[in-house]
Amino acid sequence: MIVRIMGEGQVKLADSHFTELNKLDDELLEEMEGGDEPGFRRTLHALLDKVRELGDPLPDDALEPSELILPAPDATLAEVRAMLSDDGLIPG
Amino acid sequence: MSGVMKRMGMIFRAKANKALDRAEDPRETLDYSYQKQLELLQKVRRGVADVATSRKRLELQLNQLQKQSSTLEDQGRKALALGREDLAREALSRRAALQQQVSDLETQHQTLQGEEEKLTLAAQRLQAKVDAFRTRKETIKATYTAAEAQTRIGEAFSGISEEMGDVGMAIQRAEDKTAQLQARAGAIDELLASGALDDSSGLAKDDIQSELDRLSGGTDVELELQRMKAELAGGSSTSKPAIEGGQGQSQAQSKDVTRFDKQ
Repeated sequence: MIVRIMGEGQVKLADSHFTELNKLDDELLEEMEGGDEPGFRRTLHALLDKVRELGDPLPDDALEPSELILPAPDATLAEVRAMLSDDGLIPG
Repeated sequence: MSGVMKRMGMIFRAKANKALDRAEDPRETLDYSYQKQLELLQKVRRGVADVATSRKRLELQLNQLQKQSSTLEDQGRKALALGREDLAREALSRRAALQQQVSDLETQHQTLQGEEEKLTLAAQRLQAKVDAFRTRKETIKATYTAAEAQTRIGEAFSGISEEMGDVGMAIQRAEDKTAQLQARAGAIDELLASGALDDSSGLAKDDIQSELDRLSGGTDVELELQRMKAELAGGSSTSKPAIEGGQGQSQAQSKDVTRFDKQ
């Protein structure tokens, strides 16, 4: 599966890693919904590190659609929440 | 999975599709894609032509080297015939160096020839693919245009029916309005007749005035009749002297008239 880290690029991950990544992803969602900014930051970094560690980066000129997308490492809880709101990433 | 990753991915895709749907005419995209393929094919063909040119250049070089080589061989033979073994040795050693170059060039030539064949084949395959794409593209475009036309027809039909609905409503409204106006006119007539409403046009008169008018009109008629009768009665006695031109009679007549007027 191809995962994009916003602002960084894409990595290819074997499906076998997803059970592990999903735990962190669900944790991240819980922290985001609960408004736990320090927890959110910690988990986001852990998740991004894991994705970078387990995945193989795709070249910049690769034209592969990403199946999963992760916020940029410096994204704030409010920014991610706004991205996931009804208006989504691209307004309109 | 319902985490941040999945949700962001879904939003991204949904938004991208929406943006694409809005912006893209599939026919334009197909034409663009075809254009790109043609450009690619052109590049491959240019590559084939470049390789063929290099091959030709190598062939020319090889011919030249082979000529030089045979010249050196001849020179060596002549030198030997003239008893100049040293010269013959020199010529043959130069020839040997040339032969080495020739064999290097021959290897290059073979490689280039192989390359050229592969590229020619690739160009042919690409050409076939591009042709197939063009046919497919035209089919898709035609289908899309037909679908679009069908949608337009559908829209036109629904538009027409809507419009018909509007016309029906307009007729209904006009009928209602007419009925309303008729009712109002009837009511106004009644009100005018009863005297509850004044007629600002001045055409209608109240019944007292009408009666007075009728009476005075009648008086005038009576008076007029009497005057005409008097004229006729008086006229028969005064007409003759008037023709004969009697001054005194005409004065008497004027006295009569004065008297009549006073009456």
